[in-house]
Amino acid sequence: MVGYLIRRVLQALVVIFLVTIFTFALQRLVPGGAVRALIDNPRATSQQIAFYTHLYGFDRPVYVQYAKWIGQLVQGNLGYSAKLNLTVTSELALYLPKTIVLVLLGTAVSLLFGIPLGLYQAVKRYTVGDYVLTGVSFIGYATPTFFVALLLVSWFAIDVPIFPPFAPQSTTVIGVLTQPRALVLPVVAYAFVLYALWSRYMRSSVMDNLVQDYVRTARAKGASERRVLWGHVFRNSLTAIVTLLGLSLPTLVAGAIFIEVVFNYPGMGLAFYNAAQNFDFPTLLGFTVIATIVTILGNLLADVSYAVLDPRVRYA
Amino acid sequence: MTTLPPGVDPGLAHGRTALVEAQPPDFAAGAVGAEKPRSLFARGWEVFAQNKLALAGLATAVFMVLFSFVGPLIYRTDQVHVNLINAICPPGGAHPLGCDSVGYDVLGRLMIAGQTSLEVGAAAAFVAVVFGALYGAISGFIGGPVDSFLMRIVDAGLSIPYIMILIILAVIFAPNRVTMIFVIAAFYWLGVARLIRGETLSLRTREYVQAVKVIGGGGMRAVTRHIVPNAIGTIIVQATFAVADSIIILASLGFLGLGVQAPDTDWGDMLAGGLQYLQGGNYWWLIYPAGLAIIITCIAINFIGDALRDAFETRLQRR
Repeated sequence: MVGYLIRRVLQALVVIFLVTIFTFALQRLVPGGAVRALIDNPRATSQQIAFYTHLYGFDRPVYVQYAKWIGQLVQGNLGYSAKLNLTVTSELALYLPKTIVLVLLGTAVSLLFGIPLGLYQAVKRYTVGDYVLTGVSFIGYATPTFFVALLLVSWFAIDVPIFPPFAPQSTTVIGVLTQPRALVLPVVAYAFVLYALWSRYMRSSVMDNLVQDYVRTARAKGASERRVLWGHVFRNSLTAIVTLLGLSLPTLVAGAIFIEVVFNYPGMGLAFYNAAQNFDFPTLLGFTVIATIVTILGNLLADVSYAVLDPRVRYA
Repeated sequence: MTTLPPGVDPGLAHGRTALVEAQPPDFAAGAVGAEKPRSLFARGWEVFAQNKLALAGLATAVFMVLFSFVGPLIYRTDQVHVNLINAICPPGGAHPLGCDSVGYDVLGRLMIAGQTSLEVGAAAAFVAVVFGALYGAISGFIGGPVDSFLMRIVDAGLSIPYIMILIILAVIFAPNRVTMIFVIAAFYWLGVARLIRGETLSLRTREYVQAVKVIGGGGMRAVTRHIVPNAIGTIIVQATFAVADSIIILASLGFLGLGVQAPDTDWGDMLAGGLQYLQGGNYWWLIYPAGLAIIITCIAINFIGDALRDAFETRLQRR
């Protein structure tokens, strides 16, 4: 177990290192250099450009710039937003908690529906109920997140005004949670697309487990169908969901961006989108690096918990 | 959109199951080699053609292609000049699906937007799958530390939330059809590479690949002539899903305003235009046609992909 852990952590460190190189390289791809993106004004004189090029150290060799950037990064200094009068770290502190609320709520809701319904589909496979739910997940697969959000707004905020068409606008997490009605549509829209993923996966995972030898053994020993399903199959199928959950973190973040843009939810996704429109590269890169590190840690956590849940993995 | 997390067998998520137990080859009957062996594709088509959903999907996909590329030749509309007199005119008369915010006929717009969506979707899928498959095959074939390193690069790319990369790339490169193809492919090849690398790991130990080495064939020959052709089933299935995913990604970027720019348009861009009228009243023709076009096309392609997976799954083929 310890060996597995060490190997896995070392791998994660290599990946994090590579990610910083990628993200750093992205900035160099901007036509006309990174400083062009910062200034973003066609009338900037060459002296002004030279001034800022020097100020930000863009005239240094690339590896020196990288070393400086990474040196600041490990100290938790992600730079200064090019447009807002904020450090990227304080932007994160402001927006990240609200995105986490959205992601956690949405993921919880989607799992709450996806796991039991996927199990139901597998047990009642090839019945009308299974086909209907399969249809729903196929639609979930083929629908862009933003379109789901749009339709929900159109149906439940405008045609039948039950819920507000926007997300809670409060600046604090507590403030967000005190407006549960405004949270309903964003969370449902977010959860629907994920539901398709979990339920499909749960369905096939349960069906795979149902034909395993241990199920036959359990039945042969006289275990009730209930016990076979909940005591054996359900638990074994859940391990697959744990891995999927870890691997899906980038998908979770992506979903959050679209939901936040549609519902004007003041989280990290909306801030990232605004930064993109403003060519605010320090913010874009800082957010990307942090989101990626969170993803890698999430994967690591999923792998470790998988190894805890399923001892066979450790020896693979 | 749910882009499948990489490393997860898409077959699972798309409902392929292991309930069909592998049939042992029928040695007793002496059938092996008795008949003239039919090609992989001939046998695959038989399985494919039995799947009603797949045929419906194929028909729908062909219809969408004809609609987008042949449609404008029959149903001629002006998609170049803005005509504000017609802005958001309701459906009826000369405009069966009404007009959009600057007076373009929605039905005609749907056709030319479809051209972009389908072209970019197919091209991005092609670039991503060709590059990803080669990368994965080479990495898996070489093995050892080189493989480890190449795969860590893939891991790194896959850990970055893809939408962030897409947004940054779309900001850096002036978005048009060609850049969109490469922007989408730049992220999509990673998952393909990982999948094909896994496939290669099992293929490289087969006798016929070993035999190439014995008779003095180079590594490149083994990869291009033996490993990739034997993984072709997986590759084609991936390519099919990649088209659907790319269409959705393009639409999503279009919605954010980072997709193809006016006067060019795609289905996502049309939807984004409709969003502005969401609160103003019942302008359904600005939202539903484009949205349904995306959903129907992608469901159809996913059906085809599922059926192709079954078709290439040799244990399902009748021998």
